[in-house]
Amino acid sequence: MAKIGLATTWLDGCSGCHMSFLDIDEVLIDLAAQVEILFGPLVDRKVFPDHADITLVEGAVSSEADKENILLIRERSGVLVSFGDCAITANVPGMRNRYPVKEVISRAYVENAAVLPERRGAGTEDVSFKMVPLLFPMARPVHEFVPVDIFLPGCPPPPAAILHLLSELLAGHNPDLSGWSRFGA
Amino acid sequence: MKEHPKKVRTDLNPSRLLTFKIDERDVSAHEDESILSVARQNSISIPTLCHLDGLSERGACRLCIIEVRGMAKLLPACVTFPRQDMEVLTNSERVVAYRRKIIELLFTERNHVCSVCVSNGHCELQNLAEELGVSHVRYPYLYPRHSVDASHSRFSIDHNRCVLCLRCVRVCDEIEGAHTWDVMGRGITSRVVTDLNQPWGTSETCTGCGKCVQVCPTGALSEKGRSVAEMIKRRQFLPYLQMMRGRPGESWQK
Repeated sequence: MAKIGLATTWLDGCSGCHMSFLDIDEVLIDLAAQVEILFGPLVDRKVFPDHADITLVEGAVSSEADKENILLIRERSGVLVSFGDCAITANVPGMRNRYPVKEVISRAYVENAAVLPERRGAGTEDVSFKMVPLLFPMARPVHEFVPVDIFLPGCPPPPAAILHLLSELLAGHNPDLSGWSRFGA
Repeated sequence: MKEHPKKVRTDLNPSRLLTFKIDERDVSAHEDESILSVARQNSISIPTLCHLDGLSERGACRLCIIEVRGMAKLLPACVTFPRQDMEVLTNSERVVAYRRKIIELLFTERNHVCSVCVSNGHCELQNLAEELGVSHVRYPYLYPRHSVDASHSRFSIDHNRCVLCLRCVRVCDEIEGAHTWDVMGRGITSRVVTDLNQPWGTSETCTGCGKCVQVCPTGALSEKGRSVAEMIKRRQFLPYLQMMRGRPGESWQK
């Protein structure tokens, strides 16, 4: 039997959900026997594969790049899981939503930055977006952009919940996640 | 809906005993006991948010809605009184679906970021979401801009986390007798205010008793110096205080 293709990805998040995934510890070895990890922060592959059976998406959609990515990922994924609070509620990345992007950029890169002497007096207009994607006015949940099949809340979701989710999916069940995790913890 | 009987129950003015059904179970009750109270006496759980034992009922959150056979409208159990032979359903699919929607809408109206909240793990809103299986919110989040008032020396209020249950308003008025808290604005722009909408620290009526903080179901009202998940509230004192003041469910006037 062909192995199940698993992809994980991370949009506007902190990687904490991926850390929690790694926290299932030695069970990862059993898991590796059942799945092929096609894409993710630990895989040296730059482009999302043509098809993944299961995709875990961490993080909110905060920029044009995130949006392009999630549209592509949806198209190429069997089961799409909103993985953690940022993907589900925008959570911490969403805390900037109350302020205009310009104020946010200014606070992060101008007001609090140790500026080189020749750049002193620079404003937000001098912050280059050549290399980084321009932020959307708001970070928003994944399911506002694409249909999501399963929601696993938590900041991060506990390792046991992640393992339960994957075990159920690998067994061909529709996972019942009630009681396994909640918003916040 | 039947008015809450105002007369005090005495031997000369006995309240009628009724029998009716909750979830197909025969129950009996005094006519002046709310359906919520009768359900709880019979170990039938109905979720609530604005209700708190020891405070007057407000019927605001609508989480305790129940279905009554033969009636199109759903009714809040905390302010609905039984009638003879009434058939109440506390857990029908319809009721549960609406409860979920209510929780979801509460999450969209303010900025409830559980992961960085002082009440994470001890929050009634968070618990209700889990209990009702709310794994995500189907409505667009509004992400409104709300302020934090930390001008009081010991407490602070974060309006981002307020669900407008108005327990703070009621406890301050009914138990402490100060009536520092009130509400301003209408609909979605409503918010709780201290005195005449001035910084809490400048309030002349606030006694600093902290009852509002203890009864707040979320992390909106908290003690200063508490970090994430550290704000555990204790509110077991309320029913005793209410008894001692001898004024069950009434406002603060003799």
